[in-house]
Amino acid sequence: MISAHLPVLQVILPLLSAPLCLLFRRTYPSWLVALIMSWASFAIAAILLGQVLTGEPISYLLGDWAAPWGIEYKVDVLAAFVLLLVSGIGAIIMLFAPGSIAAEIPEDRVYLFYTMYLLTFSGLLGMVITGDVFNLFVFLEISSLSTYVMISLGKSRRAMTAAFRYLVLGTVGATFYVIGVGFLYQMTGTLNMADVADKLPAVTETRTILVALGFLTVGIGLKLGLFPVHLWLPNAYTYAPSVVTAFLAATATKVAVYALLRIYFTVFDVEAIEAYPLDEALLLLGLAAIVSMSAVAIFQTDVKRLLAYSSVAQLGYMIIGISFLTITGLAAGVLHVFNHGLMKAALFMVIACVFLRIKSVKIEDMAGLGKSMPLTMAAFVLAGFSLIGIPLTVGFVSKWYLITASIEQSNWIVAALILFSSLLAVVYFWKVVEIAYFRPRNDGAAPISEAPALMLVPLWILVGANIFFGIHTDLTITSAMAAAQSLMEVGP
Amino acid sequence: MTPELTILLAIGVPLLGSAAILLTGKFPNIRETATLVTAVTLFLAVVSLVPVLLAGGRPSVTPLEILPGLDITFTVEPLGMLFGLIASGLWIVNSLYSIGYMRGNKEQNQTRFYFFFAIALSSAVGVAFAGNMLTLFIFYEILTLSTYPLVTHSGKPEALKSGRTYLGILLSTSIGLQLLAIIWTWQATGTLDFQSGGILENKVTSGVMAILLFIYMYGIGKAALMPIHRWLPAAMVAPTPVSALLHAVAVVKAGVFTVLKVVIYIFGIDTLNGSGASFALASVAAFTLLAASIVAFRKDNLKARLAYSTISQLSYIVLAAALATGASIIGGSMHIAMHAFGKITLFFCAGAIYTAHHLTKVSELDGIGRKMPITMAAFLIGSLSIIGLPPMGGAWSKWHIMLGAAEADQLIFVFVFMASSILSAAYLFPILARAFFKPLPNMKSSSANVNFSGGIQEAPVFSLVAICIAATGTFLMFFYAGNLAEMLAPLASSVTKP
Amino acid sequence: MELFGLLNYWLVIVLMMIGFYIVIAQGNLVKKMVGLSIFQVSVFVFYISVGRVAGGTAPILADGIEVFSNPLPHVLILTAIVVGVATTALGLAMIVRIRDSFGTIEDDEILAIEKGEDDK
Repeated sequence: MISAHLPVLQVILPLLSAPLCLLFRRTYPSWLVALIMSWASFAIAAILLGQVLTGEPISYLLGDWAAPWGIEYKVDVLAAFVLLLVSGIGAIIMLFAPGSIAAEIPEDRVYLFYTMYLLTFSGLLGMVITGDVFNLFVFLEISSLSTYVMISLGKSRRAMTAAFRYLVLGTVGATFYVIGVGFLYQMTGTLNMADVADKLPAVTETRTILVALGFLTVGIGLKLGLFPVHLWLPNAYTYAPSVVTAFLAATATKVAVYALLRIYFTVFDVEAIEAYPLDEALLLLGLAAIVSMSAVAIFQTDVKRLLAYSSVAQLGYMIIGISFLTITGLAAGVLHVFNHGLMKAALFMVIACVFLRIKSVKIEDMAGLGKSMPLTMAAFVLAGFSLIGIPLTVGFVSKWYLITASIEQSNWIVAALILFSSLLAVVYFWKVVEIAYFRPRNDGAAPISEAPALMLVPLWILVGANIFFGIHTDLTITSAMAAAQSLMEVGP
Repeated sequence: MTPELTILLAIGVPLLGSAAILLTGKFPNIRETATLVTAVTLFLAVVSLVPVLLAGGRPSVTPLEILPGLDITFTVEPLGMLFGLIASGLWIVNSLYSIGYMRGNKEQNQTRFYFFFAIALSSAVGVAFAGNMLTLFIFYEILTLSTYPLVTHSGKPEALKSGRTYLGILLSTSIGLQLLAIIWTWQATGTLDFQSGGILENKVTSGVMAILLFIYMYGIGKAALMPIHRWLPAAMVAPTPVSALLHAVAVVKAGVFTVLKVVIYIFGIDTLNGSGASFALASVAAFTLLAASIVAFRKDNLKARLAYSTISQLSYIVLAAALATGASIIGGSMHIAMHAFGKITLFFCAGAIYTAHHLTKVSELDGIGRKMPITMAAFLIGSLSIIGLPPMGGAWSKWHIMLGAAEADQLIFVFVFMASSILSAAYLFPILARAFFKPLPNMKSSSANVNFSGGIQEAPVFSLVAICIAATGTFLMFFYAGNLAEMLAPLASSVTKP
Repeated sequence: MELFGLLNYWLVIVLMMIGFYIVIAQGNLVKKMVGLSIFQVSVFVFYISVGRVAGGTAPILADGIEVFSNPLPHVLILTAIVVGVATTALGLAMIVRIRDSFGTIEDDEILAIEKGEDDK
């Protein structure tokens, strides 16, 4: 029965098809493979989410080795929800990619892009689905190593240095994570998440576990772009090919947030996290991120970099939601993981379209685009509204829950700062809009046309998703609430 | 057609109209016809709901649930009906005027102008019929965003700068404060529905209620309480039809309308009275009322003067809401209509003067009454209504509000109202005095390229018709004020204090 | 005896700090990679040490062997070594490309070049 093997197919399909692209060495066939695999993964994720929403979490034993000795894949609502986001974004991006890639990556290397994309894709899916702390590290490295390569494919030579710096910091982060896992293993003698969770309470009080938690937090924080260890992120996002940025911004950091949730609430539990001053620390870091990074974004002259800083700020929202350690807070964090994925992917896809036409991502050069690329820029405006949190978009939904969570805790300052940083978002977003719509294009600049339909359609699908999930919130809120409840170990 | 369907139609028609405008953009005559047809259809849809309302019906429709327990709901009730009627009715008049104005001044990007105008009207109607605070907030935000391109219509640097002020103040107050207040209310009460008698009673302490009241009032930036009034003068860089319908009627009235809604249906008039929080608000409103009048007095730019006059008049309504008696609430609601007619007339006149003679300053208006007798007669009618003199509509609403102040034993505010009436006479009459009694200036010195040699030179006929309709409306409101009060009576029915 | 028994762990810490210090302090990209490798290797040693059982032999099942060290960390570290090799290879490959396009592998010189590009 094939449906019983869906969890493993989710990871293994893209993983095995990656070498296929390498064998083809041609652009078109490798794109086709990547496209089909992405959509297949999307379908699998959708089926899995449907299954866990109505029934029990799915546990899949790899090679039929019983847990905790064998590796267990575990799909609960949270995992399925993030799987859906990652594979959904992948599926859309693959529709979108060919047009943009052709302009940014030399023809003879395009098949490498698709190979690396599939590896990253399967690594991210694997991180989400695995129920084993060490297996998570392996998938983390699979996705990271291929990500470094994808970033270095960027047109500018600075892509290479950005990728290298990311490689150094990313490896340090991953190694920190392994150290943390080592301590956990030392104290509990097991690597299966559920099993560690069972054995952990007996040793929670020890210093070893505290140190382990510290290493794990910093390690994942590095991958997540947690302020202030986000330094690799702006350059990596700015110099990577536009499609890569769109994909990474929407998925890679989100999966890192997911890993943090897993470690904190599945491996450890709320009481353990509360016992350490970690929640306060995270709250402060989150607040610092949303205010300072939004402010830094205002002063950028490069749209991609502007959006990169905005991403660091938005990750702050998720961290704040998590740091409340309440159901509403966690739900807000999980919601924003999904919602921010949708909006940032759309925004970076707009930038890809813009780059395709004007060969620049400087805000200055975007003058007059409102007229010459009306559909692209309209998408930018709508996705930007979502970023700000204007009602009827997904951004509003997650902000609503985030503020509700802070008011629940009578934490007025946090509520006020969240709103304040939304206003900063208005400023940096509007800076671009004003130039694109109200400043005429330079005289003598070559006339430009709208982006090709093959790019506009996927872009508008995502913009539509931003609005659809802003109005029909059933799926996202049900999933996020169920995920938060199971993380907090409260009955459904 | 059921009333429920009509409500949705009222919100959908302008949206459909905007699409039609976009599609017919290349053919100005068809495009303008589309605007007019849309406006008339919208008005008829709103009017057709009046009998249902008068019969005591409160038709309600919930097309969507966007958050668990939180719907997009539209409900027709007297206050919303009043606002809906004003906005949609005056849109017809304003569309006529726009056609004359935009063509007379050969403005660019007219399709974009009419497109966003229709969206703005759709959201104004959405605000009017909103059945809960969330719905109101959503349409309030759409109204802000859809009017931004109208403010920056010319695309000139000063327009962009004003647009930034406009968007900056309106968005920061609504996202920063109003949304906070809404979520707080939701957290405290578990509902955001507009209920007669309010939802906050016994749910929060009186201290919290006072804080909430201020967050709400300053969160509703469109009500232009000082010191968050700057966006309104900034918005005056827009073409005059925008200033006339949106920044004298739809947008600003959406602000005070929200104030009234919040006071009546979220706080509850009795609850607010009992909390003692309202006196501070009333004081702020009274200050804004007087200060804005004085500023208006010192403005030479005609539109700026009218804008400050609007700020002052809006505070009448906020003050009326803060007084929270039956009569003041009725008076405040009536003032939405009365001021709308009076002020749109004045703006139409200002725009007509600009179209015909390219004059924008009060000091340039010497003798203009001889060139534009019809326009300036209309200006007189509008002025009388704003000051509150019979036989114009404004007299009734001011009378009710003052009655409310007396009922509340707040004699000081009675004096504030009187002082303000004198001040408004002081900033409006000099314009008329110049226009009618001073001789025409010697043309060589005038900076504007005015040709004063001929006889009467009025604005284009479309605009002139609109001015006459608006002025007549101002006059007629004096006689129909009774019907208005009757329709609004249920608002005060829950008040225990007389 | 206590101190000697924990010798492995002391070594791990020393190696870890040396590696980490090189990553941070060295401006030469190749040296950075060296540091990174040392840093990773310290973790390998750590895992192997964790798996040791006092008095145990190698984990080979044979008659007469009762006590043997835990084989799982060994397996984990085999995986981690593979990852480490891949990382080093990729890093070095990138350094080659960086040298091709920047003409240097000194971090501060690259930063200066990049800053010059920004100011332009």
